[in-house]
Amino acid sequence: MATVKLSFSPAPVHVRTARLVGVAVARRAGVREDLLDEVRLAIGEACTRAVALHRQYGLADPVYVEMSDSGAYTVRVVDRAPIEASVGLAALPPDELAKESLSEDALTTGVGFALLAGFVEDLQVRPVEEGIGTEVRMVWPVRR
Amino acid sequence: MELSLATRTVGEHTVLEVGGEVDVYTAPRLRERLLELIDGGARRVVVDLGRVDFLDSTGLGVLVGALKRLRSAGGSFALVCDKEPLLKIFRITALDQVFPLHPTVDAAISADPTGTGA
Repeated sequence: MATVKLSFSPAPVHVRTARLVGVAVARRAGVREDLLDEVRLAIGEACTRAVALHRQYGLADPVYVEMSDSGAYTVRVVDRAPIEASVGLAALPPDELAKESLSEDALTTGVGFALLAGFVEDLQVRPVEEGIGTEVRMVWPVRR
Repeated sequence: MELSLATRTVGEHTVLEVGGEVDVYTAPRLRERLLELIDGGARRVVVDLGRVDFLDSTGLGVLVGALKRLRSAGGSFALVCDKEPLLKIFRITALDQVFPLHPTVDAAISADPTGTGA
């Protein structure tokens, strides 16, 4: 079992680094080449969401990312924001998306969740086992 | 790859060519440029995503923001995109039903209902 762990201060500039590392480890783990774009996007969305939550709550704690290839390629993105912040994540229907009243932040959150749900077949969003926060867990199959 | 932005005028349309990665870090620069164009009087805007190799929810949020702003000002907004990975992002988010999407800049301009096709 090979595991790569990464933690970064909640700044947008570091999300790209997390995407690059996530894709490099996915490739090494044997994730199919044609899935790598989706892996890149999904890790980016999960990290973007975590960074946004930390900034919203003024949390300086790092965002934690763990990539492991034991059996399948599993990526966990952990934030430290209060759980209630994660509630209300929902994909938005098209007629909602273009509404004047919908803020850009709300739209981005809804679209981000739609991308996660659309690109990751095996996706779980759940409270962390210890302390405060949410874990976004994504799994992709690997070739052996 | 870093974000690149270049503007040109085609008839009465302003075409913004975007390249590189549009994400949570770079999207504010795209938002700023679109606002500059709209505040500067551009009313028919085409954003060419032909050289974009990464687009996330933050970038999509900025594009929807520009669409709404232009529509409420009586203008038009269209996207140029012919890359399947990007088109899939629009389909999954249902934003393909919100944006006029065209394979080329010429197609976007000639399909603009507010323009004269010039």
